[in-house]
Amino acid sequence: MFETILFYSLAGILVVSSLLVITRINPIASALSLVLGFVALAGLYAMLSAGFAAVIQILVYAGGIMVLILFVIMILNMSMEELLPLRPNRIVVALVLLIVMGGAWMPLAVFISSGMSGAAHPVVDGFGGIVEMSKLIFGRFLFPFEMLSLILLTALVGAVVLAKRKL
Amino acid sequence: MGEISPLHYIILSTIVFGIGIAGVLSRKNIFTVLMSVELMLNAANLAFLTFARSMADPVGQLFVLFVIAIAAAEVSVGLALVIALYRMKEHIDLDGFAKLKG
Repeated sequence: MFETILFYSLAGILVVSSLLVITRINPIASALSLVLGFVALAGLYAMLSAGFAAVIQILVYAGGIMVLILFVIMILNMSMEELLPLRPNRIVVALVLLIVMGGAWMPLAVFISSGMSGAAHPVVDGFGGIVEMSKLIFGRFLFPFEMLSLILLTALVGAVVLAKRKL
Repeated sequence: MGEISPLHYIILSTIVFGIGIAGVLSRKNIFTVLMSVELMLNAANLAFLTFARSMADPVGQLFVLFVIAIAAAEVSVGLALVIALYRMKEHIDLDGFAKLKG
């Protein structure tokens, strides 16, 4: 019972804040509601027994990435006239919703409810914790993990090169 | 996962992904478009974690960490491009960036 209430409240917060993200005119308001959505998402991750992913979601997404976006919005310092309201291209939006909601989730629903409904596999103690994650990161996935650090270094250098006025 | 089946999480992830696509296609503000892309990435993460939990396989959770790191790289380069574009054009209306339109 408690889990059901928790799921539906977190899901409601997530959907409402996502809708606020794409409907607000002011990008600052969009960014702040996106932070709220990320916090609700971290709660959902924790319900899926992915504790480490939930902590990373808060630290990196809500803490790092969103601060970066807010920082750039404030650097550009746009006037209110430059901010454009939602110009709903009704045909495009209706088509997208039709395709995504109808075409994507109905087969998924059939597939999941036939194949893997009911009780999930029992998980070992510490599933999704930092110990289990580190065993994978520094074992089977060591090479992709090191590639990840190279990608982040490339992004760092690339961002400096692109945004700097004169090198 | 007891009372809530994986189906609920997948449907929620689909809804959030649809909202993200609608935001990308219908907004002209470049920041809102970037944030809608973030929404779509997070919907994919939620699906990854749902299947990782229901199959009791921690590899899905590892992929979520990879996706988050790539998203950080994507946002930093994207915002640098936005700053460079704003310096050149003095606006951020996506309709104005149509120089390469065929």
